[in-house]
Amino acid sequence: MVKLFKSLFGAPGADESKSTQKSDPVASSPVEAGQISDHSDLITVAMTVNGEKISRQVEGRRRLVEFLREDLRLTGTHVSCDTAQCGACTIHLDGLPVKSCAVLACQADGSDIVTIEGLADGDKLHPMQEAFREYHGLQCGFCTPGMVMSAIGLINDNPSPTEEEIRDHLEGNICRCTGYHNIIKSIAAGGQAMKGQNNV
Amino acid sequence: MYKFHYQRASSVDEAREKYSASDEPRYLAGGMTLLPALNLRLDRPSTLLDIGHLSELKGIEENDRGIKVGALSRHRDVSRSDLIQEKIPALARLAGSIGDPMVRNRGTIGGSLANNDPAADYPAAVLGLKATIHTDKREIDADDYFEGAFETALEQGEIITGVTFPVPEDAGYGRLANPASRFPLIGVFVAKFSDGPRVAVTGAGPGVFRVSEMEEALSQNWSAETVKDISVSGQDFSTDLHASAEYRAHMITVMAERALSQ
Repeated sequence: MVKLFKSLFGAPGADESKSTQKSDPVASSPVEAGQISDHSDLITVAMTVNGEKISRQVEGRRRLVEFLREDLRLTGTHVSCDTAQCGACTIHLDGLPVKSCAVLACQADGSDIVTIEGLADGDKLHPMQEAFREYHGLQCGFCTPGMVMSAIGLINDNPSPTEEEIRDHLEGNICRCTGYHNIIKSIAAGGQAMKGQNNV
Repeated sequence: MYKFHYQRASSVDEAREKYSASDEPRYLAGGMTLLPALNLRLDRPSTLLDIGHLSELKGIEENDRGIKVGALSRHRDVSRSDLIQEKIPALARLAGSIGDPMVRNRGTIGGSLANNDPAADYPAAVLGLKATIHTDKREIDADDYFEGAFETALEQGEIITGVTFPVPEDAGYGRLANPASRFPLIGVFVAKFSDGPRVAVTGAGPGVFRVSEMEEALSQNWSAETVKDISVSGQDFSTDLHASAEYRAHMITVMAERALSQ
């Protein structure tokens, strides 16, 4: 870690002219990014996603959000900032909301994952999704899957949050459209609707 | 991110062996700093050694020296621990103020201390509570551990296994959040022990430090009133678009007052 930040503040590895040359520290990878040079680099991961057991082979650097979106084609989970700030990629890992852009698929091996696609029961929306629809808690919708997953995490911990507690909880979810007001109302209503139900 | 080898260690010993056998290894715990940095291609390790599943680094328990927090305890675990809420509530509140809820569900105390970000919260508690950092090789006193921004007493490959916090008679944490990042622009941890008070500041400059003038005054009278007229020199502090060095220095006094008013 010390080295990491020396490089961060000193001379970051941003010298693009060298980045694909022989200085590559990974012995077996004289290849362009995104290609797999050697099948021995692939790692088998197995996890439960939205109730279904799945297993795939991935590169070590495969992020959970890419795994969900590109390998499993679950594109409801969005990816935006790539740096664990915006919250668009929020999913549940073993029951807790996490930012899937900052988790490797390999780290999630053996875990239980729920994404936005796993909430509805057929055509019946999850109460939190229904509340976002009812209270107009979205405009463009890009942040919404992460907002909903984060909101359910809050209600699981705190079934009747105050407005201040909801606002505080949304620290890690950024919305550029709504000004948050209707999101707060949606979460309060969704929380009430979730009471007494056995939800995610 | 650039390509790397991922390996999951099954024990601390195995992690050390794999570390020694790699060219440019990094340990991976919660990943809340490392993985975003890799996403931005700010670093290019050959190998990530995942130690995030090691049960020997987990758990929060009381012993005759205080409360021992396993290195893999997540910020959520510390903030919600009944034991810590009862014995050192200021530490639980501090852990609950780090990052955001999703970050707290992944980030670990060991990772935070190994990284030693100059605006991290935990260093203030570790130094303020005169904690002991346990590694796979030795114990390090908080006073000897922090060596400036992103630098620590850890040697190459050394792994933090836990932190023991002595239980203080009283403690508090005053925190002024950066309006954008929510990192502490200034965080002041105060703790009262039978052998004297401690005051530790994070966010002001290149690393966490103690304020001896405040500690001496508080040893006579443990109250917010005592520190309100003690000013700290800002000559070594950071000036950036968020705050000037003078403002940071002033906020140390204000946050110390708040910490003592809890």
